Amino acid sequence: MTGTAMDWASVSDAEVVRACRAGDDAAWRELVERFSRYVLAIARAHRLGEPDAEDVFQETFVRIYEHLGRLRSDDAVRPWIGQLTRRLCIDRLRAAVREPVADDPEEQGELDRRLTAVDEAVSVQEALRTLSADCREILDRFFCRDQSYHTIGELLDLPPGTIASRISRCLAKLREAYEGRSEPRPASGET
Amino acid sequence: MSENPMDEVRLSELLGELPPVPEAWLRAAQDRPAIARAADQVLELAETDAEFRRTLIADLESALRAAGHEPDPRLVDTVRRRLPSG
Repeated sequence: MTGTAMDWASVSDAEVVRACRAGDDAAWRELVERFSRYVLAIARAHRLGEPDAEDVFQETFVRIYEHLGRLRSDDAVRPWIGQLTRRLCIDRLRAAVREPVADDPEEQGELDRRLTAVDEAVSVQEALRTLSADCREILDRFFCRDQSYHTIGELLDLPPGTIASRISRCLAKLREAYEGRSEPRPASGET
Repeated sequence: MSENPMDEVRLSELLGELPPVPEAWLRAAQDRPAIARAADQVLELAETDAEFRRTLIADLESALRAAGHEPDPRLVDTVRRRLPSG
């Protein structure tokens, strides 16, 4: 699981975790890349400002690095990271002497809805990882990075009409991949 | 298989829920193993060299420089957290 030419797209989360634990720096870079958006999305769901979100983001990965050895089930890395990030967000909110989110049922309900959407989005990202590199890139540019047909067309040297039809085709493939995926394992990897 | 079919509009909305992370944040998190290794090296030296240990406690940043490490705030923080007191 070492080497610079490693194609991580087909490597499971559990395998990435095992490689990280074995001291593979490339695996660690992949783990950060793979879960970075998830961690940031959780911080944003808690309505943290940018500096707090960055602190939580970095602290989450410090804790992951330091405690990865204690993870009981490598397959449960995603829920473990989610739980860790949420805990750090709540600590940050409390430290800022804001009203604890859990005390306001309406706000808590809204937070739960946002976090559910984030978890659903991660499942979509996992399905996205099974598509071709071309599809991954075009969908990421258009929907995640909010780039226009024009910008994507220039970057990929394609006419806008081709971009539109490629997005549509890739989205259909993503839907198939999402619906055909196996359900994620429940959280059981708490340290 | 998933129980509920997902329409493509919802799929595209969910893709937008996970925007990219600023490159600098990503790089900083990815550097963590190098920081941890540098901290290991510094703390190992502090265990075997009493003079270095005293400097480390008195002036952490200078001690890091003396040991050949740039006092990157992440390294300073990691060493400080792991430095046994007393």
